[in-house]
Amino acid sequence: MILLRLFFEFAKVGLFAVGGGLATIPFLQTMGENTGWFTNADLTTMIAVSESTPGPMGVNMATYVGFETAGLLGAVIATLGLITPSIIVIIIIAGFLQKFRQSKTVDAVFYGLRPASTALIASAGLSVAVSIFLAVGGVTEHTFAIRWPSVALAVAVFVCMKYTKLKKLHPIAFIAAAAVIGAVFQF
Amino acid sequence: MKIFLELFLTFAKVGVCTFGGGYAMLPILQREVVEKKGWATDEELTDYFAIGQCTPGIIAINTATFIGHKYKGPLGGVVATLGVVFPSLIIITLIAAFLSNFADIPVVRHALAGVNAAVVALIASSVVKLGKSTLKDALCVGIFLVVLTLAFVVKASPVLLIVCAGLVGYVARRLVKPGKEDDK
Repeated sequence: MILLRLFFEFAKVGLFAVGGGLATIPFLQTMGENTGWFTNADLTTMIAVSESTPGPMGVNMATYVGFETAGLLGAVIATLGLITPSIIVIIIIAGFLQKFRQSKTVDAVFYGLRPASTALIASAGLSVAVSIFLAVGGVTEHTFAIRWPSVALAVAVFVCMKYTKLKKLHPIAFIAAAAVIGAVFQF
Repeated sequence: MKIFLELFLTFAKVGVCTFGGGYAMLPILQREVVEKKGWATDEELTDYFAIGQCTPGIIAINTATFIGHKYKGPLGGVVATLGVVFPSLIIITLIAAFLSNFADIPVVRHALAGVNAAVVALIASSVVKLGKSTLKDALCVGIFLVVLTLAFVVKASPVLLIVCAGLVGYVARRLVKPGKEDDK
C-alpha cells in the first residue's frame, strides 16, 4: 500500500515540478510534512548526497526518499513515479512536433526559442559558477572571498578542453581529474 | 532489441557522468548522443532543453525522453529514460544503505568542490558550442543577451522567457518577414 502511495506522491512531483532538480525540493518538503516519511533534517542530508553523487539531482532525490521510505522496491517505485508524467507528456509533444516539423510556424517559434534556451543554460552555468567561486562570510556577513583555486581549476579545464589536444577526451575524464585535484589539494 | 539495449546503455552512461542538475548533463549529451551516436543535433538539444523546462517534470528526464523518442519512437523514449535513472537507483541505494554520512566525509567534500569547478567549465564549453549553431544573426544574439540578463539578474521565470522568445521568433519570422529579414 505504501508503494502505491509512494508512486502517486512522486508522480505528483513529476507532474508539478517544472525545471531543474532543485524545483522538486519544495514539493518534497510538503511531502515530508504530509506523510511523515522523512523530516526536513533528513531532506537536507538527502540533498547533500544527491548533489555529490553521479546522476541528475532530481532523480537521485526521488531514489533516496523512496529507499528511506520503503527500501529498494521503494526506490524503484518512487523513481518510476517521478518519470511517468514526463514520459507521457514528452511523448505526446514529441509526436506532435514530428508531425509539424515542416511547418513554417513551428520553425519560426524555434528560431526564437533556441537563443533563449542557450541563454538559460548559460544562466544556470553562471549561477553554479557564482555559488562555487564565491565563499560568502568570512570577516563579516557581507564580505565574500573569491575561491581562487576553484577559479583556476575551472579555467584550466576550459582551456584544456577547448584549445588543446585533450579536447578529444571524454568529459568524465575532466570531472575525474578535477575530483582528484580537489581531494588532493583540499579544495 | 540490440538498438534498445544500446539506447539504454548510452543513457545509463549519461546518467553516471552527470553531476548536479539537468544542465550538467548537456556536455555529456553532446559527446555521447550528438558526436558519437549522431542521434540528435546541437540544435535539437537546445530545442529539447527549451521544451523540457516548460513542461512537467525535471529537465534531465524530459530531455532523455525526447532524444529516445526521436531515435526510436515512444518505446525509445521510455528506454532512454529508464537508462538515465538506472545508475542513480544503484548508487543512491548503496549510499543510503551503507554511507548515509557520505556528503560529510571530508575527502568527498573536497573532491566535489573540484568536480563542481570542472562542471562549470564543461557547461561553459557547451554553451560556446551551442552558441555557434543557435546565435546566427543579430536578432538571435539580442534574444540571447536579453534572456540571459533577465534569467540571471532578475531571476525571471524560465517558462515565461521561453514563451516570450518563441513569440518573438514567430513575429519576426512570420509576421514581419518577408523582405525585412535577410534569411542568410
